[in-house]
Amino acid sequence: MAARTKVSIRINGTAYSHEVEPRLLLVHYLRDVVGLTGTHIGCETSICGACTIMLNGAAVKSCTVLTVQADGGEVLTIEGLAQGEELHPIQEGFWECHGLQCGYCTPGMILSTYQLLLRDSKPSEDEIRHAIDGNLCRCTGYQHIVDAVQYAAKKLRQKAVGNRILDPI
Amino acid sequence: MPVSKLVGAKVRRREDPRLIRGLAHYVDDISLPGILHVAILRSPYAHARIKGIQTEAALQVPRVVAVFTGSDIGDRVGAVPVASQNPTLRVPKRAVLASDKVCFVGEAVAAVVAEDRYAATDALDRIRVDYEPLPVVSDPEKALGRESPVIHSEWPDNVAFRWTLKQGNLSKVFKDADKVVKQRLVHQRLAPIALEPRGVVARYFPGEGELTLWSSTQIPHLLKTQLSLMLKLPENYVRVIAPEVGGGFGSKLNVYAEEALLGYLAMKLNRPVKWIEGRRENIQATIHGRGQVGEVEVAAERDGTILGLQYRVIADIGAYHQLLTPGIPPLTGLMLSGAYKIPAISIEVTGVFTNKMSTDAYRGAGRPEATYVVERMMDRVARELGMDPVKIRRKNFPKPKEFPFKTATGLVYDSGNYQLALDKALKLVGYEKWKRQQKRLRSQGRYLGIGLSTYVEICAMGPSAAMPAGGWEYGAVRVEPTGKVTILTGVSPHGQGQETSFAQIVADELGVEIDDITVIHGDTAVVASGIGTFGSRATAVGGTAVLQAAQRVKEKAREIAAHLFEADLEDLVFADGKFSVKGVPKKGITLEQIALEAHMARKLPKKMEPGLSATAVFEPSNFTFPFGAHICVVEVDPKSGAVEIKKYVAVDDCGKVINPLLVDGQIQGGIAQGLGQALYEEVIYDENGQLLTGSLMDYALPRAKDVPRFELARTETPTPVNPLGAKGVGEAGTIGSTPAIVNAVVDALSPFGVTHIDMPLRPEKIWRLCQAKEAASAGGRR
Amino acid sequence: MIPAAFDYLAPATLEEAIRALGTHGEEVKLLAGGHSLLPLMKLRLASPTLLVDLGRIPSLGLISQEGDKILIGALSTHYQIESSKLLKEKCPLLPQTARVIGDVQVRNRGTIGGSLAHADPAADMPAPILALAGELRATGPQGERRLKAEDFFLGLMATALSPTEILTEIRVPLLSGRCGTAYLKAPQKASGFALVGVAVWLKLSASGICEDIGIGVAGLAAKPFRAKGVERRLRGKNLNPSLIEEAASHTAQGVDPMEDIHASGEFRADLARLYAARAIQEAAKRAGV
Repeated sequence: MAARTKVSIRINGTAYSHEVEPRLLLVHYLRDVVGLTGTHIGCETSICGACTIMLNGAAVKSCTVLTVQADGGEVLTIEGLAQGEELHPIQEGFWECHGLQCGYCTPGMILSTYQLLLRDSKPSEDEIRHAIDGNLCRCTGYQHIVDAVQYAAKKLRQKAVGNRILDPI
Repeated sequence: MPVSKLVGAKVRRREDPRLIRGLAHYVDDISLPGILHVAILRSPYAHARIKGIQTEAALQVPRVVAVFTGSDIGDRVGAVPVASQNPTLRVPKRAVLASDKVCFVGEAVAAVVAEDRYAATDALDRIRVDYEPLPVVSDPEKALGRESPVIHSEWPDNVAFRWTLKQGNLSKVFKDADKVVKQRLVHQRLAPIALEPRGVVARYFPGEGELTLWSSTQIPHLLKTQLSLMLKLPENYVRVIAPEVGGGFGSKLNVYAEEALLGYLAMKLNRPVKWIEGRRENIQATIHGRGQVGEVEVAAERDGTILGLQYRVIADIGAYHQLLTPGIPPLTGLMLSGAYKIPAISIEVTGVFTNKMSTDAYRGAGRPEATYVVERMMDRVARELGMDPVKIRRKNFPKPKEFPFKTATGLVYDSGNYQLALDKALKLVGYEKWKRQQKRLRSQGRYLGIGLSTYVEICAMGPSAAMPAGGWEYGAVRVEPTGKVTILTGVSPHGQGQETSFAQIVADELGVEIDDITVIHGDTAVVASGIGTFGSRATAVGGTAVLQAAQRVKEKAREIAAHLFEADLEDLVFADGKFSVKGVPKKGITLEQIALEAHMARKLPKKMEPGLSATAVFEPSNFTFPFGAHICVVEVDPKSGAVEIKKYVAVDDCGKVINPLLVDGQIQGGIAQGLGQALYEEVIYDENGQLLTGSLMDYALPRAKDVPRFELARTETPTPVNPLGAKGVGEAGTIGSTPAIVNAVVDALSPFGVTHIDMPLRPEKIWRLCQAKEAASAGGRR
Repeated sequence: MIPAAFDYLAPATLEEAIRALGTHGEEVKLLAGGHSLLPLMKLRLASPTLLVDLGRIPSLGLISQEGDKILIGALSTHYQIESSKLLKEKCPLLPQTARVIGDVQVRNRGTIGGSLAHADPAADMPAPILALAGELRATGPQGERRLKAEDFFLGLMATALSPTEILTEIRVPLLSGRCGTAYLKAPQKASGFALVGVAVWLKLSASGICEDIGIGVAGLAAKPFRAKGVERRLRGKNLNPSLIEEAASHTAQGVDPMEDIHASGEFRADLARLYAARAIQEAAKRAGV
């Protein structure tokens, strides 16, 4: 077995430090080591996007990132989005617009939306569909998800202070 | 005050907060102290004899606890079950781990148990299996040939079962008809691809003798029964829990080898065990859908009246049966009348063994095939007769006053107004405008197509007499001492939203706040009994059971209130969540107060049992038959073969709507899946039985960019079959959409002389047809 | 689903990385964004014993201008390229291509260097680099080496890089004058990779003559290539639709097209002709034809 490596990663604002095997996938680290099981695994080939998280301000598929690659980084997972009981506007959008059914793709879908709205506060429907192209949903047919993203974008624009609408964690 | 009339309102889902916060628990999110991880070694051969398995090297891998093969398990775990009453059925034994031979790529041959999943995976590479490859047959038509390899030696013809249905004077009808149109149709194999793969956690308490199994299943109660039989454990010591389940679409309406295997391993090792299916395993070893090849013939009069339909179909079963495998093609047969009056119908099904994974129920399960056959043929016949596809449909619809309508296949369609749905869809899409546009663009060398599908489907499954394992459903309503209401249901939602819709039904019935209601499902130790979620049955059958339980609770509450008021039952009125005596509305008593009295049990009527709860089991008298009209407009680029969906309109009638938000969601998701079948999806095995679409890198699902914005509308024709008037909507979108899209593409390509294309309508197929035509016409010019 | 075990090094300098390559031989692999390598490792189609992560080497991920060239660090992500203001203005073919690679998450992570060095025949990035006649720079124990894009791709997943060399930088020309570019691809539906992808840049003279043109083709053959026959037929000509179509019809000439369940060779070849014509047309339109 390969030598274990020490990693320190901030996840949802909390610092974590562990010795891990270099081959440990980030998604397994989050789920099995840290215990944050909101990030899901839906394929093995970086296609489905269920494992999407934010790493250093960019949405990534955490099944295709080694934990050691994230050493020293900042991670945002679905569990870190709400402020206490207050839902994030994106979560609110998914709820209001019935943007989920079985819920399995939802955390990844929400994080991809987070990425989109970080870069574009007023995306068109086409841009939304382009932005969630890396996230498969088998239940909804995507329409309510698009509605949810539009809802969230609008809500965030209303809440925006200056140009910063999201904290780019 | 409680809002009355939640039924019919767009209530946002009560299950969502845990899901959107990432706090829900799917099987893989469950961890137990001392849990071990299981990885399964699967056959790389489609057909091979197992001459030996060496597991010693795998056991040397650090953190590996045990390795099991088929011979280690022997008869201690029973075979994978199949539910069918078909007398012609042949059932090959499907062991949870193969020991003598394997019959498809992905069949399980060994299981590694380790302290973590990385070690378990490492150990798989160290197991050596000595296979002797056998001849393979993967094409069901070839499997019927004399020269074909034989999969199960008991049945050299590879026939798994036969099923036929004949009604009407077919030979006369076909002899006298003005027009007979024939077509060969292929319904390709599909992979359901629920986004959460399957997964199982099993725990055994030897002291209590209790096995608890968490599984990503649609049918916890049926699974509990089957597990007890397979594991030879008394059923009352088996508990199955379906925690959060990430989609099913029929793929989890089954009893799988891994479920029993994990139960066995937990008992054998005395430690909890977990197995989580990978996506590649999922495509290899979770059931597939569709897989039919058929020849259809339709007889019609010159004016478009359909006289008869014959369908001979080969159903590609795979190597073994799963739970409902032989039950799917008969559903196709029963639904072959579609939304039309067809006096003579026959179907001959031949189920055929092939060296592939089993086919079974996938969203629609038999009805998409029937609808595709009928709707494709309505267009084919219309084209032959030079009629508009709208006109031929109108001509053959039963009229609203003809319901209940009996089909030649023996079904009784409960209620319907097919014309109304079609008219609404035509108006919504702007049919005539598109027809003009089509004409105009064709002159510019652009190819627009308009496709219709007016479907009817069978759901709310169903009367027990017509089901393989019971068609009733269980519901219970319990008012807790504090007045909170608990609903227990035997259905097992996994995305459909019954935690919300059932609460709406009960909130209205009992006049309580929806937030004071909770819906419990999916735990056989908590919910007394049940059948499960499939066949678009949960609301129509399970919702009715819940409604009836609530009505019983209300009746008991009324008796208690009458007793407390010392009034006659008839003098009590119920309004705004309170019982009061007629004429004295101010002096009311709430359900909460009654609940407390019911539990304190000091002032109850004589002989009344304490407590305030009731159960109900609803047995439907018939299936229900939702229907609708889907219209799709496409543009096809003959040079690249690309299909662009320009507009999609769907008018669906699922009877009474409990929650429009949920109904729209079901329709939209259903259409996207039907679109997947029409355009992209196909499980491909080569002639050696190797799976060529073994991951999502090769098996294409629709993405957000591939799917247009659907325009939805409804008509609402309640069913008389249940008091809710609800028919069911889980599969309608999938059933209605596929033929609409295919019909649109074929229509677009009619200038190229195209009358049919087999699905999926991949660009290359379209390109070839257009090339052939261009070559032919170029040749003609020369 | 889980990679086999390996040792891991994350050097802080290029020299250290090169040294690691030299001492571990065949079993060592370089890790950039990981979006080509990690999927193979998860499927255990690749099982290196040592992984050298380039991600901790600063300066490999910068995009800058130097004279009439744009310098792109090998670790620049597809998203950096897609969103680079410099590239959008001065060499838009790269952002146009980057935008249709994979999906957002893949573009955030996948790198240009990783993609080129992996040399997957269905990857998009080689097409524009070939069209632009880019220059690739690689550093090994003997120092830096310059490679023409055309000489870089040798075959199916094979490049001119030696096992001890690291691709460090890609240089593309700054486009000025009446230039037009386009990247069009027919994606493989499931994976998003290119069944065929055609990248075009062209330059028109003041009078509208095609002064120069570069066409790179991905997906069609085991290695991405420059469609020189097509270029030759257009260089020095006045571009019009029938000329473009005629020229593009030579795109697949002399090429042995790949075949799989997603597209036959015949179809791929025809798609290449079609997409070449459309991409040239589009580039010409953007140049103001």
